[in-house]
Amino acid sequence: MNVAAVPVERVAEQRTTVRRERIRLLLRSPTFIAGAVIVGTWVVCAIGGTHLTPYDPFATDPLNRLRPPSARHLFGTDQLGRDVLSRVVAGARGILIVAPLATLLGTVAGTALGLVTGYFRGVVDEVLMRLVDAFRALPVVIVGMLGLVALGPSTVTVILVIGIVFTPIVARPVRAAVLTQRGQEYVQAARLRRERAPYILFVELLPNVLAPVLVEFTVRLGYAIFATATLSFLGFGIQPPAPDWGLTIFEHYGFISGGYWWPVLFPALAIASLVVGVNLVSDGTSQALER
Amino acid sequence: MTRFLLRRLLLALVTLWLLSLIVFLAANLLSGDVGRRILGPFADPRAVASLNHRLGVDRPILVQYLSWLGGALHFDFGNSLSYREPVSGLLGRALVNSLKLGAVAFVIVVPLGILGGVVAALNRGRFLDRLITVAGLSATVVPEFVSGIVLIILLGITLRLLPITAQAPDGSGPLTQVYYLIMPALPLVLVLFGYLARIARAGMIEALEADYTRTAVLKGLPQRTVIFRHVMRNALLPTIAVVATQTGYLIGGLVVIEFIFNYQGIGQLLYTAAEHKDFPLLQAGVMVVGVVYLTATLLADLAYSLLNPRIRHGAAS
Repeated sequence: MNVAAVPVERVAEQRTTVRRERIRLLLRSPTFIAGAVIVGTWVVCAIGGTHLTPYDPFATDPLNRLRPPSARHLFGTDQLGRDVLSRVVAGARGILIVAPLATLLGTVAGTALGLVTGYFRGVVDEVLMRLVDAFRALPVVIVGMLGLVALGPSTVTVILVIGIVFTPIVARPVRAAVLTQRGQEYVQAARLRRERAPYILFVELLPNVLAPVLVEFTVRLGYAIFATATLSFLGFGIQPPAPDWGLTIFEHYGFISGGYWWPVLFPALAIASLVVGVNLVSDGTSQALER
Repeated sequence: MTRFLLRRLLLALVTLWLLSLIVFLAANLLSGDVGRRILGPFADPRAVASLNHRLGVDRPILVQYLSWLGGALHFDFGNSLSYREPVSGLLGRALVNSLKLGAVAFVIVVPLGILGGVVAALNRGRFLDRLITVAGLSATVVPEFVSGIVLIILLGITLRLLPITAQAPDGSGPLTQVYYLIMPALPLVLVLFGYLARIARAGMIEALEADYTRTAVLKGLPQRTVIFRHVMRNALLPTIAVVATQTGYLIGGLVVIEFIFNYQGIGQLLYTAAEHKDFPLLQAGVMVVGVVYLTATLLADLAYSLLNPRIRHGAAS
């Protein structure tokens, strides 16, 4: 393609048209719309927080413990008399803060790892990749348990654990991208200019491997929500009296056999809808980008 | 092919060794004063020192690691701090239970996933295809404890279709045990179904569009023969390879499911170990999990190379 023959304004125009076309495709995709609606609802709940809840999510009412769903309490009350609907709405904020933060941590660390191993190769690469493989053999939950033992259960533990587990997973595609890029001329030119390694890594290589990084981020976000909920459910993560969904299920799960299904079912459906929504969005996005 | 396998085995062993190092270091850096924790804050310092000496935790860390590694190679992982029993016995029983659960889940999900993928591929682009794909995708992302609890509420309590305790009464035959294991296996099935169906579908589509399929059709073979004798074999190749790589998710799911159903498997054991800071048990358990995962991926590579003659006879370089 003879770039010199095409005026710069024309190229820029074409790029904007392509982008607009992609966005239009995206907005027509039913998967994307469905997912966006679901996620959007929860984001609104997260932002609105206690302003949107009919009752205070922390207000206990011991006289009205475990009341079934009714006109006054649409989702019923929990074991301390708190309104379940309010707690479900308020719980969106916790998970929508923790999961993206954890994903960010994992993506940043993983990108750094991928850049270093992909660029330097040799012994450093081999050793780090073996360590990465060793870490990948451990599921999130198991690492979560080790984290629990080390740091005690808390929100920070969850973020750190998920971030650590995601780092090797993100590192792989980044490393692969770096391996293809390092032979390119601009890298060699930078080296001939006697640029130092950190400069080459972060100023030259990083912008060119951003595409797989962004894709990994969106994919990992879905898994992060999954993992956050699971770790909270096992008692490793967000602590009471936070209205976290996983935690609520953990607290009330023993009551199911007594027939008290509502404090458990509604947070469970909330989690399910959020993860499905996020995945529909990322699926719709990747479909639109493919065309 | 033997060279390829040997190399894979060697890599797996190196990874396993690194894993043991990581796990051991993590456990020991976290354990703090073991003797003090067992005897409590009011115990006499001399008693604490004596207990530490008896447990061997006052030796330098390298010595402890080598001694543990030596024991591990004989399947002797020391004694559990909370159960006061040899770890290997506890682990052995728990592993067998978990394997039973995993086997039931496997036996259900593999045929189901393949069937789903094949049906989706044969109806490509139409409603059935979209239904299976979207349903599979949605089921995959729902955490196991969510689907497990919803299933318990729906099938176990409201409809009373299946028992909600996973443990069959002592002395039951294998069929009864399987019956009790169906309920806990279902969340695992849901999580794995989507991915399997997607891979089977992709493999099937690729096989349907291949030249050899056209040849078979043009030869005049009936559609059933074409599908079952030519298409399926090639379509299922990637599926089988993929099945073993899902072991990681399976194990993670096991912890949650065993927790919900109070099933004495390895997930439950690890959870208790983590809660009570029972480091010998935790170390050994995590190692076992790692071994299972690495074995599964190794077997997957082996199966793939066996089924794909191109790899078996050495790829033409």
